Amino acid sequence: MSKKVLVVDDEPNIVLSVEFLMKRAGHEVVTAGDGEEALRVLAETKPDLMILDVMMPRKNGFEVCTDVRANPETADLPILMLSAKGREAEREKGLALGANAYITKPFSTHELVARVDELLRGVIHT
Amino acid sequence: MLTTPFIVLYSFLYLGLLFAIAYWGDRRADRNRSVVASPTVYALSLAVYCTAWTFYGSVGRAAATGAGFLPIYLGPTLIAALWGTLLLKMVRVSKSQRITSIADFIASRYGKSQRLGGVVAVIAVIGVVPYIALQLKAIARSFTILQSGPEVQTDTLLTTMPVLQDTALYVALVLAAFTILFGTRHLDASERHEGMVAAIAFESIVKLLAFIAVGVFATYFLHDGFADLFNKAERAGYLNPLVGEGMGGYENWFALTLLAALAVMVLPRQFQVAVVENSDEDHLRRAVWMFPLYLFLINIFVIPIALAGQLSFAGTGVDADTFVLTLPMAHDQAMLSLFAFIGGLSAATGMVIVETIALSTMVSNNLVMPFLLRRWKRLPPDADLGQLVLRIRRGAIIVILLLGYLYFRFASGAYALVSIGLISFAAVAQFAPAMIIGLYWRGGTHRGAMAGLLMGFGVWAYTLLLPSFAKSGWLPMDFLLYGPFGIELLRPQALFGLDGMNEITHCLFWSMTFNIGGYLFLSLWRPPNVHEATQATLFVDALKHERPIGIRLWRGKAEIKQLLGLAERFLGNARARRAFTAFAARRDVQVPEDLPADAETVHFAETLLAGAIGSASARVMVASVTAEETLGLDEVLHILDEASQIRAYSHELEQKSRELEAATAELKTANEQLKEIDRMKDDFMSSVTHELRTPLASIRAFSEILYDDPKVALDERRRFLGIIVDETNRLSRLVNQVLDLAKIESGHVQWRDDAVDLGVLIEQALAVTEQLISEKGVRLERALPENPCVVTGDTDRLMQVLVNLLSNAVKYAPDRDGRIGVTLSRSKDRYRISVRDNGPGIAPADLESIFEKFRQASGGEDKPIGTGLGLPISRRIVEHLGGRIWVESVERKGATFIFELPAGREGD
Repeated sequence: MSKKVLVVDDEPNIVLSVEFLMKRAGHEVVTAGDGEEALRVLAETKPDLMILDVMMPRKNGFEVCTDVRANPETADLPILMLSAKGREAEREKGLALGANAYITKPFSTHELVARVDELLRGVIHT
Repeated sequence: MLTTPFIVLYSFLYLGLLFAIAYWGDRRADRNRSVVASPTVYALSLAVYCTAWTFYGSVGRAAATGAGFLPIYLGPTLIAALWGTLLLKMVRVSKSQRITSIADFIASRYGKSQRLGGVVAVIAVIGVVPYIALQLKAIARSFTILQSGPEVQTDTLLTTMPVLQDTALYVALVLAAFTILFGTRHLDASERHEGMVAAIAFESIVKLLAFIAVGVFATYFLHDGFADLFNKAERAGYLNPLVGEGMGGYENWFALTLLAALAVMVLPRQFQVAVVENSDEDHLRRAVWMFPLYLFLINIFVIPIALAGQLSFAGTGVDADTFVLTLPMAHDQAMLSLFAFIGGLSAATGMVIVETIALSTMVSNNLVMPFLLRRWKRLPPDADLGQLVLRIRRGAIIVILLLGYLYFRFASGAYALVSIGLISFAAVAQFAPAMIIGLYWRGGTHRGAMAGLLMGFGVWAYTLLLPSFAKSGWLPMDFLLYGPFGIELLRPQALFGLDGMNEITHCLFWSMTFNIGGYLFLSLWRPPNVHEATQATLFVDALKHERPIGIRLWRGKAEIKQLLGLAERFLGNARARRAFTAFAARRDVQVPEDLPADAETVHFAETLLAGAIGSASARVMVASVTAEETLGLDEVLHILDEASQIRAYSHELEQKSRELEAATAELKTANEQLKEIDRMKDDFMSSVTHELRTPLASIRAFSEILYDDPKVALDERRRFLGIIVDETNRLSRLVNQVLDLAKIESGHVQWRDDAVDLGVLIEQALAVTEQLISEKGVRLERALPENPCVVTGDTDRLMQVLVNLLSNAVKYAPDRDGRIGVTLSRSKDRYRISVRDNGPGIAPADLESIFEKFRQASGGEDKPIGTGLGLPISRRIVEHLGGRIWVESVERKGATFIFELPAGREGD
């Protein structure tokens, strides 16, 4: 069953690698390069999951996450934060704002694919 | 030759003219169109230094000792060279502390000590009254001579005349009236008298012109110029003594020069015109050359007049001290004689007026006010204290002038004119150590200052004043010749066996030894207390701050209504309200009543009052309405009164606890600074880690992809490997930059001192970045001068800055129609290089923060604009080379990075 994954990051190389991994796992991929674009693409393409960077121009990942949760149409969208911010406090902040998973860069491709899989199957509900 | 009514008429016309000028000056000041706000008027007013003693006495001294009259003018001329810093510092301190007299200055410096102020005031009065007497004598004497002719024996005539027919008495009274009118018109916080200053500056012109007129008459009308006069004098045997033994030896010459240099700084009248009446610090710059020039001009004709006088009056017994007046009289020049008389009148009245104003301020602020404040249990309920202070000043003026008259009456026959002046100089010179050392050394205490003043003054009295009494016949001469009780070692004019100097040099040597010794010894004995330390900082560091600042250790409760009420009682309602309203406006408060009653307001009220009643009394007054409410004025006074041991002890405890509080506050600040540094380090580490993680993430992801999946298509495989290589490069660049920055910041970089031609260097940097430029297709515009532009610096580091700015410009220039520009220009002593692009520009908020390490554009969690370290490194390099770097930008129009470097010597 093909799912649609939105990949948001301002680093083109990260977007490229995640896009490749998602496609190889059999998902459809849409991408965005900053926070505002992410919200726009989200509304247009209605993806099943969002992989979200934190440090981005024009609305960071925390703000995007807050907006998504506040909107009834997207409140249940699984969000996986993929951030170079590695401190425990930042992980907790991401989860508190409604992210379903928080992975620190540099990340294991296996872990990323596995977590996306779990989220799409509804195993994790945090 | 001239009839008495005629002389009196002209004297009064002249005084009337002075009145008019002073009145006009005050009117202009009231309408904010000051006439004295001019550097020339300021410099001329300083010439109040030249009194009747200069006008008549210089010629007398020249006739007796030749060049011996010169040190009195040489000293001030030499010290004027230091005014740019020394006098500037005194002016700056006095403005910020509203200091209005020397007594206040010294009291304020040593913790606002009332006693110290009182001692200074007493010494000033004792030291200066004889000098005032001298001026009265000069006026009366010149008047008598003009009436009765050159040969009149004025000394016997003047002292035997009945009091009510005595010219000097009427002169004293008229001058008292004038001084009261323009010195105590109102009580002002700044205590400036513009009308008086205008009149004094005018008098300086009159006395100079009069003296030169007599000089020109003596040189060119009586004789055929300098050469002729000097030839005749030589033939008559008057010339040789002047340049020979008359100068009195090197040490006397040196001592007189030093004494005069100190006197011009510490005489009450000089302090009044130079410091208190100064309206603009910039005026000092003109005074530095104009005042010495004035002294030079007024001295040109001293020797010619002395010689011409000796030639004219040989054997007639006419006193050389009167030549300026008697020479034109003897040659029937009525108008010139009158002009000379008016010149002498100018010199004398100017001195008397300013000196009396200065002394009366000290007497009222440092003697009478403290006494009254101690007497009253609390303030009398409804008295207008401002009027009271004015009445005290007026009374003081009259008393001082009458004292001067009495001194003249009883002592005027005793010395030659010049001696009194020097004795006076030596008395006020005792202020110099406490004043001048206190401006540069923090360690001075009020105990030290008090000891130095009292010892110096004591030695002065013993070695100079008592001998002069003895010579006047008021004390037995034995005391002078054989010492008290026959103890030779204590002979006043050869103390401890020091013989062979003249009396002034001898006095100066011993009084300064004891004064400075006592000051240093007692100051070092115990460290300054908290008040002394606070004031020491304000004085010593006065020039470190562009504007005067008021630091003050003050804690307690205050009510704004009471502070305002206190000010109103001394300054009057309107004046006090005006000052408070202006202060409120500076603190962005609408009406004075809304001012916070904090340390700053209390300090303001105190300085405002200090202008009216002196800093020490102001401190006591403000303390009475501010401290804890249970403390009444009498209690405050008692605490200050250190006579009571127990109270002194509790006073000390209070100080200790204040010192403790200050130390605690300091520790707290230091701790906060440490925390801030720690936080900045954390931020830096976290930023560095973040910057490292991003390329690492790409490298790891693509490596794993390639490793896991051998079937990745060849072109994708190549692309991914390319990304891995790029990101690895990015990573190593970042690591290098972090290390580079760390190295620069820790100071471990070896900087080379090359002579760098910036034009050549820019060309080289453009060659390095040429590929970037042509790849992106941006257009390059350059404006570089032909001439070499050489700076001293490290070639490689400057190259690093240029390449960084150029590659940034290329990076941010738009892909289409991208333009970058490089210019090099010179402005004054600096070279300016600018690199501009027509990219997106930089938001105003970020213009500064982009030079900080990893500082994100909007300070939040958004991505940084650049690599994050190139600009911080560039800034450190440029600043290390003594330059500065900044950016100017219009959003969406582009950005221009500019840096300036000081031009090397080769470029000059």
